Amino acid sequence: MSHVLAAAPSGTNADSIAVETVFWILAVLSVGAALAMILVRRAVHCAIMLAVVMLCLATMYAMLGAPFLAFVQIIVYTGAVLMLFLFVIMLIGISSADSIVETIKGQRMAAGLAAIGLFVVLILTIGHAAIGPAAKTTAANGADNLTGLARLIFTTYVFPFEVTGALLITAAVGAMVLAHRERTTPKPTQRDLAAKRLASGHLAPDPAPGVYALHDAADRPALLPDGSTSELSVSRTLSPRDPGEEPRFVRPEETVAVTTESGEPVALPTTSSREADS
Amino acid sequence: MSPIHYVVLSVILFVIGGVGVLVRRNAIVVFMCIELMLNACNLAFVAFARVHGNLDGQVIAFFVMVVAAAEVVVGLAILMAIFRARRSASVDDANLLKY
Repeated sequence: MSHVLAAAPSGTNADSIAVETVFWILAVLSVGAALAMILVRRAVHCAIMLAVVMLCLATMYAMLGAPFLAFVQIIVYTGAVLMLFLFVIMLIGISSADSIVETIKGQRMAAGLAAIGLFVVLILTIGHAAIGPAAKTTAANGADNLTGLARLIFTTYVFPFEVTGALLITAAVGAMVLAHRERTTPKPTQRDLAAKRLASGHLAPDPAPGVYALHDAADRPALLPDGSTSELSVSRTLSPRDPGEEPRFVRPEETVAVTTESGEPVALPTTSSREADS
Repeated sequence: MSPIHYVVLSVILFVIGGVGVLVRRNAIVVFMCIELMLNACNLAFVAFARVHGNLDGQVIAFFVMVVAAAEVVVGLAILMAIFRARRSASVDDANLLKY
């Protein structure tokens, strides 16, 4: 033990043991989360697993002497990019689970073999490269990490930094152009909407959910005066209990396509349907 | 703690992300796997910056993060456009340019 103590002060030795422990915990956690990310079927679960990996990596950046990158990782990746992913998942559909059918025969086997090959090649390259131990000082570029990074970005890397700004604004404009939707049909006027409501045969506003129902909740259908419940009162997004299942009840006017492409008002309902109602 | 451990971990994460890109069919998940690969590269960059004792690797990792953010913005917008046209986020359904 004496030579160990002579080689390094006891404080740094305890520190290195702590750093090593934290590294192994984070390594196991991040690899497990990454494996779970490619194995779970729901996209939302993938996003959560990716958040775990990113937070582990942020902690590792802090351990590697890059506190600025650690915070950028949390703010930009976990905060902004992953929220963007979640927004798109919500827009596209929370139930968009992956199909487990192989469309190309033997694709998973080939992917596994390619992954093993890539892993072996990369590990052999790293083993061949003889990476040395950590350098003692990083203070050559500035007083601390943030000052050194700022000096590098605004002197040596100032042109890539400017190009990055151009890239970001191009990406923002491109996203706006791609996400913009042109209206192909004319906007329905108030007259069109009134005619559509008349055609639906349901003139009064919808009953409010939960009113006079057994439970005061938004997903409970209202009780009608005759004692029956009205499925019309429940929002369509609330009515299916399982995200994968179709809505229980579809409004009658949504099954009937009321077209106003020509700009003409929709014909009023014939008297036969009114007589059928009464 | 030798930086070689961090590099090996980044290799493992990179390979896992590559498998995800090859295997998964949902385009959003494919994007997430690409993000995982970029993150693994960032970890290698930071580890190498630690080895060399300067900050250039950290600056490169910073640039990688910015480019990844731009890539995600444009990619998800394309995904939204495809979903609007095809009502599907699966990479198998976007095959109109196949032949």
